[in-house]
Amino acid sequence: MLLIDCPHCGPRDENEFHYGGQAGIAYPETPATATDAEWAEYVFLRDNPKGWFDERWFHVHGCRTWFTLRRHTVTHEFWKAP
Amino acid sequence: MTHPDFLWRNPDPRPTYDVVIVGGGGHGLATAYYLAKNHGITNVAVLEKGWLAGGNMARNTTIIRSNYLWDESAAIYEHSLKLWEGLGEELDYDLQFSQRGVLNLAHNLGDVREGRRRVNANRLNGVDAEWLDADEVKKFCPVINVSERARYPVMGATLQRRGGIAKHDHVAWALARKADAYGIDLIQGCEVTGFEITGNRAVAVHTSRGRIAAGKIALASAGHTSVLAAEAGIRLPLQSHPLQALVSELLEPVLDCVVMSNAVHVYVSQAHKGELVMGAGIDSYNSYGQRGAFHVIEAQMAAALELFPIFSQVRVLRTWAGIVDVSPDASPIIGRTPVDGLFVNAGWGTGGFKATPGSGWVYAHTIAHGEPHALAEPFALERFTTGALIDEHGAAAVAVAH
Repeated sequence: MLLIDCPHCGPRDENEFHYGGQAGIAYPETPATATDAEWAEYVFLRDNPKGWFDERWFHVHGCRTWFTLRRHTVTHEFWKAP
Repeated sequence: MTHPDFLWRNPDPRPTYDVVIVGGGGHGLATAYYLAKNHGITNVAVLEKGWLAGGNMARNTTIIRSNYLWDESAAIYEHSLKLWEGLGEELDYDLQFSQRGVLNLAHNLGDVREGRRRVNANRLNGVDAEWLDADEVKKFCPVINVSERARYPVMGATLQRRGGIAKHDHVAWALARKADAYGIDLIQGCEVTGFEITGNRAVAVHTSRGRIAAGKIALASAGHTSVLAAEAGIRLPLQSHPLQALVSELLEPVLDCVVMSNAVHVYVSQAHKGELVMGAGIDSYNSYGQRGAFHVIEAQMAAALELFPIFSQVRVLRTWAGIVDVSPDASPIIGRTPVDGLFVNAGWGTGGFKATPGSGWVYAHTIAHGEPHALAEPFALERFTTGALIDEHGAAAVAVAH
């Protein structure tokens, strides 16, 4: 089980959180003129790296904060700023 | 009966092949077998980074069924089930394919309506399906708890009698032996690290054992498909997750059917050897780590024990996880890619085992002809742009985003 460092509550068990997938997915800037391919990319395409991954977490059973962490998808360790 | 020492050669890679299949799991081996059997293409290599069938093929819960909701899914999974029904004889190997019936339980009125709808849809597609009420469920599977007092009471179930299980290792070995007999090279310990693309055409793979030129390259790499596709500059709508399963200690025969529950996220069968085999839902986060969190196992056990109080004293022998590639609509992606000569067969998520022969059949056709097989056509990558999704979150059982 992951120990997830909530910026508000500190380290808490994984099962207090909801996973939000890749971080930094921006809504199309000009939705009225976005092509089908651009919509497909926004709605369906996400990075799926084997390695470090910036991802969203939601402390749903805690402070209900959404935040971003960098986690390694093989070792499951969270990035610690050097 | 004595077992031969080797069921296939262990060749070194040759410099060039007509078709290179990346991934020596069930789908890769089935694809190789049908390339040879149906299309006469035998100058083929299957490249496996580890050992044959050592990935998800070695980790799955082996449930076979075809009771999917949508026409496109029913067609491909039913094709697969029909192949299963003759596969042991065809491969001359006991696959321990046991059509013992698969129950999909309904725990609330929404489930009941969805289940009845699915039975009707299945029948229209020529897939055997029955609706059982709670009493009939109890008759079919006496050890199941149908008490109204349960947290998730059993209100009925769909039943596919032709569904069941098979022995995953035997399936892989049987396919490998036949593919090898056709002259196909099954190359283990050979990891693909990149692709050589000339113009817009994939012409070779770079591997841990050198460069291998290929007329056509076919990915059959399940959870690692995104990593490989990225090497070819392709982004696929796939997310890799751990999917956990477990087995109990060996028991006398006690459960003679397969029981699945979408709502409580557990599926249970008893293997021929005697252990209970149970699967869970996917762990929520992206991972290539082949392990998941214990709370998922805990929830799965709680669900199983509520359905089967008789198992309360049974001990868990071992748990594990495989990495499954989940697509946005819980349906596979089969066909061509934006790179010529490079094909993809991925996104089977939590349910690829049942599709092994059907997937190999349509993928081999797609590779041989350069055009999708009719059953594979709806599963092309383009559907995420056109919007023609095949949403099987209901039938795929566990590839459900929460």
